[in-house]
Amino acid sequence: MELNFQFDWQAAIASLPYLLKGLPYTLLISFGGLAIGFVIGLVFGLMRIAPSRWLRLPAVFYIEVFRGTPVLVQVLFIFYGLPTVLGGPINALTAGIAAIALNAGAYISEIVRGGVQSIERGQREAGLSLGLSSTQTFQYIVWPQALRRMIPALGNQGIVSIKDTSLFSVIGVGELVRQGQVYIANTFTALEVYFMIALLYLVITLSLSMALSLLERKGLVG
Amino acid sequence: MNDNTATTLSPDDDRQPIVRLDRVNKHFGDLHVMQDIDLSVVPGEVVVIIGASGSGKSTLIRCVNGLEPFQSGRIEVDGKTLLPNGASGQSLRAVRTEVGMVFQQFNLFPHLSIRDNVTLAPRKVRGWSRQQANATAERLLQRVGIADQADKYPSQLSGGQQQRVALARALAMEPRLMLFDEPTSALDPEMIGEVLDAMRELAKDGMTMMIVTHEMGFAREVADRVVFVHGGQIIEQGPPNQLFDHPRHERTQSFLSRVLKH
Repeated sequence: MELNFQFDWQAAIASLPYLLKGLPYTLLISFGGLAIGFVIGLVFGLMRIAPSRWLRLPAVFYIEVFRGTPVLVQVLFIFYGLPTVLGGPINALTAGIAAIALNAGAYISEIVRGGVQSIERGQREAGLSLGLSSTQTFQYIVWPQALRRMIPALGNQGIVSIKDTSLFSVIGVGELVRQGQVYIANTFTALEVYFMIALLYLVITLSLSMALSLLERKGLVG
Repeated sequence: MNDNTATTLSPDDDRQPIVRLDRVNKHFGDLHVMQDIDLSVVPGEVVVIIGASGSGKSTLIRCVNGLEPFQSGRIEVDGKTLLPNGASGQSLRAVRTEVGMVFQQFNLFPHLSIRDNVTLAPRKVRGWSRQQANATAERLLQRVGIADQADKYPSQLSGGQQQRVALARALAMEPRLMLFDEPTSALDPEMIGEVLDAMRELAKDGMTMMIVTHEMGFAREVADRVVFVHGGQIIEQGPPNQLFDHPRHERTQSFLSRVLKH
């Protein structure tokens, strides 16, 4: 079989300035959503293992709902569905950030739960036996160790969420994919442009991986 | 002297007990792990608790600082009362502040340096300055023979060293009572001696201690009183030479014949 195509490097590079306009949106939705998702995950992850069922049950409900439905459906629901309830439109960027926050939050809840539960019971007992309160024991002893163990899983979730933002082209946020689609509509250079988009995603996700492994290595002493 | 109700070493010992368990009962599901336990310890006394694994001896001392809840009875520690079913409220933390504990698995904090392991509680609970806590830590680490390792992390120390740090960590809170839950059971044989030496020293300094151990030679040497526990009950107690050499109860005899033979 003869491969009969040409990869036009010039076209690829020419698309870059246009694509880069989408980068801030991709980064903002990813990292804005993940930051909020981390707070949500911390709260719901701890509720999930609370002694009281009135804390546990809402957490289980939230986690199951947002882990069990596609993020694409979630963002469509927020962007097209919620305005009916709220009586006014929702900004596409806000909808994107909210969808990532809620979706990643559900997964991060489970990461937090797993991380905290992985710390040996003796650590908590040692803290309590020294007279530290429950909160102090968590703050100074359990959480720092749990957080360290959570880093790889959090890294995975970060990468998944960054890639999920590509779906949000459907609600018209001018992120990387959306920018690419508009560009291709005018230039018919799909091969080159999608290649460049893939490359840009790789740059973001690899940077995150490297930052986290650095953090993991620097933090690991014990 | 009635073995089950004897609370002090001798009838003329009228010191107020620092620990008093009063008809304490605990169940794990169907298992009755503590049955009407009465036990008192006076200040300065070293009480060693022996018994087969599963006899309830660890559970007993874990009740004294509230790590295990119990279902009925009451426990008084240094004037504060622990109540059944986790109803102790504020006194739970007050007790833990005055009672130190050394665990079988050391339970050092792996993310903190040796120094920070020792200074964390005095700073956060007692409100000591870092300077004051560091000075105390240095003194205590010296006392247990690990002064030059303060900047290391627990995983860099041997098991025996880790357990001695755990001892220093507990002592940094200036406890009135020390609990030891099989402190040498997780150690390699060649490291048992150094931990027992540190405990021996502590006993000599007059610390009140409750020790769960399988080291019978050590028990005989340092104990003021040995308590034999079987099936969640205190079967027999008394001075070490009496209990080891002339055990009265059949169960004590059979237990001792098994552990002292080799």
